[in-house]
Amino acid sequence: MPDAKFKESIKQALANPQLGGALGRFFEAYAPSRARVYEGMDFEALRTTIAAIKSQAAEHMEEMASRFTKEAEKRGAKVFLAKSGDEVKAYIAKLAQDKGVKRIVKSKSMASEEIHLNSYLEKQGLSVKETDLGEWIIQLAGQRPSHMVMPAIHMSKEEVTELFSKEVNERLEVDIPRLVKVARNELRKAFLEAELGITGANMAVAETGTLVLVTNEGNARLVTTLPPIHVAIVGLEKLVPKFADIAPVLQALPRSATAQQLTSYVTMITGTVPTLVEGGVQAKELHIILLDNRRTEMRADPVFKQALQCIRCASCLNVCPVYRLVGGHVFGHVYAGGIGTILTAWFNEMHNSKDIQGLCIQCGRCKEVCPGKIDIPELIVELRRQITEKAGLSLTQKLIFENMLTNRKLFHNMLRAASLAQKPFTGRGSMIRHLPLFFSKYSEFRSLPAIAEVPLRDRMDKLEQTVRVVPQGKAVFYSGCLIDFAYPELGEDVIKVLNQGGYEVVFPQGQTCCGAPAKYNGVHDVAVKLAKQNVEALSSVNAEVVISACPTCTVAIKHDFVKALQDDPEWGPKASALADKVRDFSHFILEKGLTNRTNQSNQAFPTTKVTYHDSCHLKRTLGISREPRTLLKTVPGLELVEMSESDMCCGMGGSYSLKFPELSAPILERKLKHIRESEAQVVAMDCPGCLMQISGGLDKQGRRVEVKHTAQILAEMLAKQNTN
Amino acid sequence: MREELFSLFKERAEMVSAEVHRVKDVQRAVEFIRKALSEIASAQPGETEALLLRGSLLEGVNPAELEQPGAKVYDDNFDRLAPGVMIGISQLDLAIADTGTLCQDATDVKKRLVSTLPSVHIALVPTGGLVANLAEALEKFQGQVPGYLAFITGPSRTADIERVLTIGVHGPERLIVLFIDEVGGGSLA
Repeated sequence: MPDAKFKESIKQALANPQLGGALGRFFEAYAPSRARVYEGMDFEALRTTIAAIKSQAAEHMEEMASRFTKEAEKRGAKVFLAKSGDEVKAYIAKLAQDKGVKRIVKSKSMASEEIHLNSYLEKQGLSVKETDLGEWIIQLAGQRPSHMVMPAIHMSKEEVTELFSKEVNERLEVDIPRLVKVARNELRKAFLEAELGITGANMAVAETGTLVLVTNEGNARLVTTLPPIHVAIVGLEKLVPKFADIAPVLQALPRSATAQQLTSYVTMITGTVPTLVEGGVQAKELHIILLDNRRTEMRADPVFKQALQCIRCASCLNVCPVYRLVGGHVFGHVYAGGIGTILTAWFNEMHNSKDIQGLCIQCGRCKEVCPGKIDIPELIVELRRQITEKAGLSLTQKLIFENMLTNRKLFHNMLRAASLAQKPFTGRGSMIRHLPLFFSKYSEFRSLPAIAEVPLRDRMDKLEQTVRVVPQGKAVFYSGCLIDFAYPELGEDVIKVLNQGGYEVVFPQGQTCCGAPAKYNGVHDVAVKLAKQNVEALSSVNAEVVISACPTCTVAIKHDFVKALQDDPEWGPKASALADKVRDFSHFILEKGLTNRTNQSNQAFPTTKVTYHDSCHLKRTLGISREPRTLLKTVPGLELVEMSESDMCCGMGGSYSLKFPELSAPILERKLKHIRESEAQVVAMDCPGCLMQISGGLDKQGRRVEVKHTAQILAEMLAKQNTN
Repeated sequence: MREELFSLFKERAEMVSAEVHRVKDVQRAVEFIRKALSEIASAQPGETEALLLRGSLLEGVNPAELEQPGAKVYDDNFDRLAPGVMIGISQLDLAIADTGTLCQDATDVKKRLVSTLPSVHIALVPTGGLVANLAEALEKFQGQVPGYLAFITGPSRTADIERVLTIGVHGPERLIVLFIDEVGGGSLA
């Protein structure tokens, strides 16, 4: 469980109305604006290009740095390679002292935030003014940025008015354009007086020694034009090989960051340029500090080097359902959100990520929009694994993962026993309305399903399978724990649909938990053990296909088992063979046209509206979203209507909803709102986990929307056709 | 082709609050500037000051020719005047159609002063300087990258307070782009 202090910071963030206000509105607007600004462009091709440029640059980081140094120095710049933040601070402090600098203006630089430069320079008696409006606001407030691109997004205009009024000693009105004018006037003085300007850089081109700065306000132009000395602090990951590489990165950066075609200003500085000094013009002093701070170490890591492909657009924050709720400050350091979790672990300290990595619900939205093609969710799982390996498991986790989960018989017997134990608590239908007290705080926002009296695995012997059409062959059914123990009827429906399509279904009894809970909790060795048990069980039957009706399980068989066992000469090939055979239910049914075989007519007048919820792993890892919709459209009497944000996470995330019920609940609430607004009578989905979350939420709210797995809808249709 | 680039530039630049105009020749450009100065001056109390950085397009044009009642035009003392004048007039090199962006080799510090400090920037650009996209613009500088290469897309903007878009933070709050078709007697359009 996350520690109490961390939980408290989440609580505070959830209570901050501003996070629900400006941040919420921004998030709502971001996804469609982003889609519009990329219209007509091939985003996949663009990000493949960017990922290639950035990974090549990372791979040759030292070479790039020395080429950059050579080229920039040729043009009169001084380049300093700093191992750590302390070296940067010492360099700038000495420079300021040597040149008699008293006043510094800065344009936005996350690298300087990363090393806490301002407070250090201020301690040296220097005046340091941030000039990006958002940065200036948080500087006046004495805070950290809560977003890489929009540092003050967590603050209200009233708070800003308060800060500015104090700064200019005048009671200002709450009026945004007026506040912006105040900032213009105040900072104009600072620009004109400063002896030194500090900037970051969005790119540094090795081939030409060029720095690229991307801004909207125009402050970087002033910081690099007015003071006679310019210091640029550039993280080593900002290096790109060629001058021509600027164009693709600039195509993506403003579009992904703020849904702009291009920012108001882009500035490319190569070497020293003329500047104004008392009585004339002379060459400006340009100091470029290349900051390592563990970036070369990161590059040497086979998994995490991918994170160096980041162009700091923050789109991973802008689509994250968790960031939307809590904002940036709970992430504890200057970098927030998905990529921030990873950067903090490296540039700060691994232990800082212990809690924040847990915030990731693994919905995969960030991966889908990342212009650097970084698999952020996978890197977070890897982080979890490393942290868990280092810290070890708690006693309870040990008991659950190592002793229970890997012992299939024990695990399944405990689930059977749990079915008896919960009996007094099941209420109307199959929903538990009142759980024992010690459970209740985890389920205030939703009901949980009862554990079935007889799990699917114990029903298989007696289940009658009638293959009516021409037999097609054998299918192995991998049910996963939820279908097996909570929704065995759903499992029976899957089997019925397959039977009707001509498949005989085999349920190998040796199958067990897919290991997803272990994987997503960072318990790698348990995931490996479970992978082997399942590969063994599912390969024991000679069948054409392995069907799963739980996308998380499908992903485990298709990707995770292969990855976990790839270096094992005995198990690796078996896992790959199994991965080739596995299909998610809807995908297989549509691919084989199985419901067409018995479906005579679709003439019925639509009487029921159905809306479809895209499950995270199904849509984003398996790429399946069209298939279930196509199937639903063939069902007589159903009309498919789309809800908004249909592919937004429902807040389940397996054990996530137990670890962070305070986050799971509002994410679910949003999903329920969209379902309600669609006015559908049925909400369909392909994941039993989502089914549990969404039906639990609707039940708790007393809503009469039916929640069904696509397999259940198809089974009902086939049953009706058979009686006709 | 040129016409298509111009319309695309106009559409994209106006989307980000730039004002885009086009005239046939330098004589008409001078008339345009006079009119703009007169309009701005008439809306201001007191005298309106403008700073002119003559590029090749306005070669030989005298500041006095541009002056209007209430609008004074200077073409010297940039370091002293730039922070105080309301209007900056300068020439840019290229116009990138698909993002509505102006591009300039701004290594000369005067070019930067006149386009960053005043609240209004009147930017003259030869119609022949239109290119399709950023990559094409960058190609023109490949091999001899200038010290300070500047790209300007619309006026200065921010959304740092509650995501409310506000125009004119540190740079100009108005960007008036004027395309000139015929340069030095020949037509580049």
